Amino acid sequence: MVIKGESLIGGQAHGTALRLDAPISFWGGVNPQTSAVTLAGHPQEGMKISGKMLIIDRLIGSSSSSAVMLELLYNGIGPAALIIGTKDAILPVGALVAQQMQWSLCPVIIAEGIPFQSGDKLTLNDNKLTRIRTADAPREQ
Amino acid sequence: MTIHLTPYENAVLKGETGNTGTRMAMEIVVGAARILGADALLPVVSAHIDGCLYHGDSGVLYCEKLAADGAKVSVPSTTNVGALNLLKPEQVRIPPDRRRMAFRLMEAHRRMGCRPSWTCAPYQAGARPTRGAQIAWGESNAVAFANTVLGARTNRYGDFLDIACAITGRAPLYGLHKDENRFGTLILDVSGLDMRLLREDVFYPVLGALVGRLAGQCVPVITGLEQSAPQEDQLKALCAGAASTGAAALIHITGITPEAPDIETATGTIPAQTLETIRITPQMIAATRDSLSLASGDTIDSVALGSPHFSVDECRAVLRILDGRATAVPVFICTGRHVMDALAQSKCDTQLSRLGIEFVVDTCVVVTPILPENGKTMMTNSAKFAHYTKGNTGHDPVFGSLKECIESAVAGRLIRDEALWS
Repeated sequence: MVIKGESLIGGQAHGTALRLDAPISFWGGVNPQTSAVTLAGHPQEGMKISGKMLIIDRLIGSSSSSAVMLELLYNGIGPAALIIGTKDAILPVGALVAQQMQWSLCPVIIAEGIPFQSGDKLTLNDNKLTRIRTADAPREQ
Repeated sequence: MTIHLTPYENAVLKGETGNTGTRMAMEIVVGAARILGADALLPVVSAHIDGCLYHGDSGVLYCEKLAADGAKVSVPSTTNVGALNLLKPEQVRIPPDRRRMAFRLMEAHRRMGCRPSWTCAPYQAGARPTRGAQIAWGESNAVAFANTVLGARTNRYGDFLDIACAITGRAPLYGLHKDENRFGTLILDVSGLDMRLLREDVFYPVLGALVGRLAGQCVPVITGLEQSAPQEDQLKALCAGAASTGAAALIHITGITPEAPDIETATGTIPAQTLETIRITPQMIAATRDSLSLASGDTIDSVALGSPHFSVDECRAVLRILDGRATAVPVFICTGRHVMDALAQSKCDTQLSRLGIEFVVDTCVVVTPILPENGKTMMTNSAKFAHYTKGNTGHDPVFGSLKECIESAVAGRLIRDEALWS
């Protein structure tokens, strides 16, 4: 299954999807030293976003979340890619600065109604997001 | 979407003019414009930089790279608070390595030519953009004040993008820079409230907190404040409250906001009668006031004032209410050097200090560890402090009027003025 979105920061990425099922502010909600979701009561509390194809339908909160995003990428524990459902500059600006500082590349794509779930294997190629295996499909040998 | 750049902007991007620091800043502004869907950049005449508060080493390295690569701000740029009181370093309890990084971050901004104002109320420290001025400001309360009270035009520019705009003198052309996004889309009518309440300082932060929650993604229009003619510090408290509990960056207040002489002008091309109107009731105000306090009982461990940074008038009001009495619990007034200089001229600062007031300058008590370590409860007259205290410091807020705060500080326990809300 392939969906097309708008590429905000171009690039390629590959990995396992993690979908944040409730809005989150990275500032106060994600630990920049561990990449774990720390917001009490969040459905993904305790999960690490490092290396994940991170799907976020709705972003909220402080503009200092840019700083948390940059710190994650600086520490080498950022998400593999950001897949966002609504236009928002806060997290993508963190990714943009990391790119300029040549720390790590975290491509960003915006697409409405992203159909993918946590555990799906995804590949991102600029504006094209492909599911290569669903979460519950048996692993190929 | 293609972004149309001017020959100058293109030349900076290609490295044909300017230094490499400016080039990186331009890359970031253009990149942000692409992310935001803007099709051009817009010249700005001033900047207020929120990015001088330490959140981690990466932000420090970013600003130091800009500075080392020769970047300088190209428009007058004030700085928001840092994580340190540079005049009294021992006031902030942070480990030496973090202290060093927090200082390097503030220094990098100074090196790039920012005016080291270290205040969240730049509009009371000489930075007063005129009506219609296009600016790139950070710090949510300052953004709301600039749009609402001064009629200047800015979005909320956060970390990294703020300094990039200051260096390039450009911002992405989107959002509140454009006429059509500034029209009011939700009407909040306060004309049903008692005029006595509307004259009280304590009403304004509470109204702000309520407006922030009601507004959501709308541009609210408050109508019914014309008769009470709120003063600048009251408007400051209203804007800060609205920008803390919500995302409000522009609040039309009819009769006060330059673009809002009346409701019809504030809503522009949108017919006002098609918009939702919410009548604000005394019950809504009381419920919002109560929501700003998390502590119960009458114990107070400290009082914190000055979010946004206290003005000279507000400091003088504290001196008046104290009337020579000393405080029994620590009272922090967070403010800027512009206020300290003015207070020193009339010796107000020493009079306040003698009565137990501790000044917090260049920073504030909810962004860096200053509040008493063993304390649990902090009283404040600021909706913004009340909103952020629990998450940032662990202290439970108690919200009250300035008079209630000072009387409580003198008594060493919570004192309520029941007449205020009856």
